[in-house]
Amino acid sequence: MASVTLDAVRKVYPGGTEAVTPTTLTIRDGEFLVLVGPSGCGKSTLLRMIAGLEDITEGELRIGDRIVNDVDPADRDIAMVFQNYALYPHMTVRRNIGYGLRNRGASAGEIARKVDEAAAMLNLRDYLDRKPSQLSGGQRQRIAMGRAIVRDPALFLFDEPLSNLDAKLRGQMRIEIRALQRRLGTTSIYVTHDQVEAMTMADRIVVLNGGRVEQVGTPAEIYHAPASTFVASFMGAPPMNLLTGRFESGAIRLDHGPALRAAPGGRSGPITIGIRPEDVRLGEGDHVFDVDLVEELGAHRLLHGRLGDQHFTAHVLKDMPVREGRQPIALPDAALALFDAQSGQRL
Amino acid sequence: MKRAAFDQKWFPVLLLLPQLSIICLFFYWPAWQALRSSFYLEDPFGFGSTFVGFENYLRLFRSGEYMQTAWFTLVFSLSVTFLSLAIALLLAVKADGVLRGAKTYRTLLMWVYAVAPPVAGFLALILFNQRWGPLTEFFRAFGWDFRIRLDYFDTAFAMIAVSVWKQIPVNFIFFLSGLQSIPKAVREAALIDNRSAVSRFWTVTFPLLAPTGFFLLIINITYSLFDTFGTIDTILRNNPGDQPITLTYQVYLDGFRGQDIGGSSAQSVVLMVVVLALTIVQFRMVERRIHYT
Repeated sequence: MASVTLDAVRKVYPGGTEAVTPTTLTIRDGEFLVLVGPSGCGKSTLLRMIAGLEDITEGELRIGDRIVNDVDPADRDIAMVFQNYALYPHMTVRRNIGYGLRNRGASAGEIARKVDEAAAMLNLRDYLDRKPSQLSGGQRQRIAMGRAIVRDPALFLFDEPLSNLDAKLRGQMRIEIRALQRRLGTTSIYVTHDQVEAMTMADRIVVLNGGRVEQVGTPAEIYHAPASTFVASFMGAPPMNLLTGRFESGAIRLDHGPALRAAPGGRSGPITIGIRPEDVRLGEGDHVFDVDLVEELGAHRLLHGRLGDQHFTAHVLKDMPVREGRQPIALPDAALALFDAQSGQRL
Repeated sequence: MKRAAFDQKWFPVLLLLPQLSIICLFFYWPAWQALRSSFYLEDPFGFGSTFVGFENYLRLFRSGEYMQTAWFTLVFSLSVTFLSLAIALLLAVKADGVLRGAKTYRTLLMWVYAVAPPVAGFLALILFNQRWGPLTEFFRAFGWDFRIRLDYFDTAFAMIAVSVWKQIPVNFIFFLSGLQSIPKAVREAALIDNRSAVSRFWTVTFPLLAPTGFFLLIINITYSLFDTFGTIDTILRNNPGDQPITLTYQVYLDGFRGQDIGGSSAQSVVLMVVVLALTIVQFRMVERRIHYT
């Protein structure tokens, strides 16, 4: 078990593209940290630098107290689970799981005992003598997990491990991985582009965009207090409504709409106003929401339409009567998030 | 899977006919002719033949010359196959590290394959020329008085060297594409699981390369037995004397130069049996241990 420290770690590819801008981050001992962002945001590169599969251009990486910039992947005391499982196709499940131990000089008895333990933990006991190609996607994912946990490393690295599974299995494996990590208490870094995975699994989330950290925080912080319009629109399904508005004569006002609330400290100029779809109140207030589509989702419904001339989505529980067409809606002051119209940063 | 079926019985036969007729005309019929004439003593001038039973075969195995040729063929084939595979694999592994996807290099490295065997033999005669061959001079610097076509060992060395050289490119290309088809993530997983590059090669890379290797093994044995004929013939300048020759060359010598059709046919049949046995052994013993993905 160990903490991981990134000190101004930067990655520039030979072509000159800067995949990761200087990033400083500490992953606490035993923490489950999720790196999330759209494709090309640098999350995988960051993970691969920690694994030692990519060189670090600048900065310092520490696992525990040890600087590991120039340490071989095999000597970093890490284990990694890959997106395509990366199992050794010619080895049986037993040999796949035991391979790392064998190369570290463990005795045959020790390997057998640890492989059996890991197999029991992952319900793989009956498949130990099969080849990976004879097993299903979920089982292969478990073998990859077994290969990681059997070595009892200081750090688990996950590179989108669930993206090749179907939705149902994904939900199930999500819970399994999280429960396993809780039980073992191993520090973990998990890369995903799926914000649901990030929200449900993480102790803390790092939202990345264009090789830069947008925000670090617990899932609740990220969701309720997004640091930028990017985070607000990336996290949450449906995403936060972002409306253009302005400071005007001491109040915040939607474009072509009534005043929302008093502006802090006599500012003026354009502004972006954010509100989560579930925070709006239907059937009251002085805004007019023109609903043109109701999406039925069982436990709740999503209403899509226009507020003034801007796209807007509202989330209402199943007991609430809904209809299409123009209706009053309230945007409670406390639920509003204000962002700079240019930089997108929270005010 | 959906099964397509033909209504008429003769239609699939019609589709197979071109292939079948080629095989029959160019393989089964000559093979049958060879088998038949191996039991006869043919008159060199075409005035009939006499049935002699197994006499042609017995003559072969009693002949010290034939057994020596067989022995040399074994050494030659094993050396050529092993060296051309091993060197090509080594080059491919080294190249794989640096030229992922660089097609120009691959094409350049492929060129040697386009050299015809007799041309390869001719190049050998130049390189190993006794008076002014650059390799002869190179060996002389180390005190090796290299005498091609005069010294049995030196001639064998030149034959093996040229045959290996000519076969390396094709092996290299196959090995390289085999290496590049191993998933990147599998190699990376091994990088994390195993710190020793040598051990990684033998436990992960090599087994995953085995299907390619097995295919090349068969190709290379066939090459060393048969396709090296042109190279050998050019080096010997049609005049073997007491220099080393392979079984295939012996078939040619006895059949076309010695006009001993019966003996030559018997040798062909022996070669066919050897190749057949080799192929069976390979598929039974080696292929079972190979993992195809």
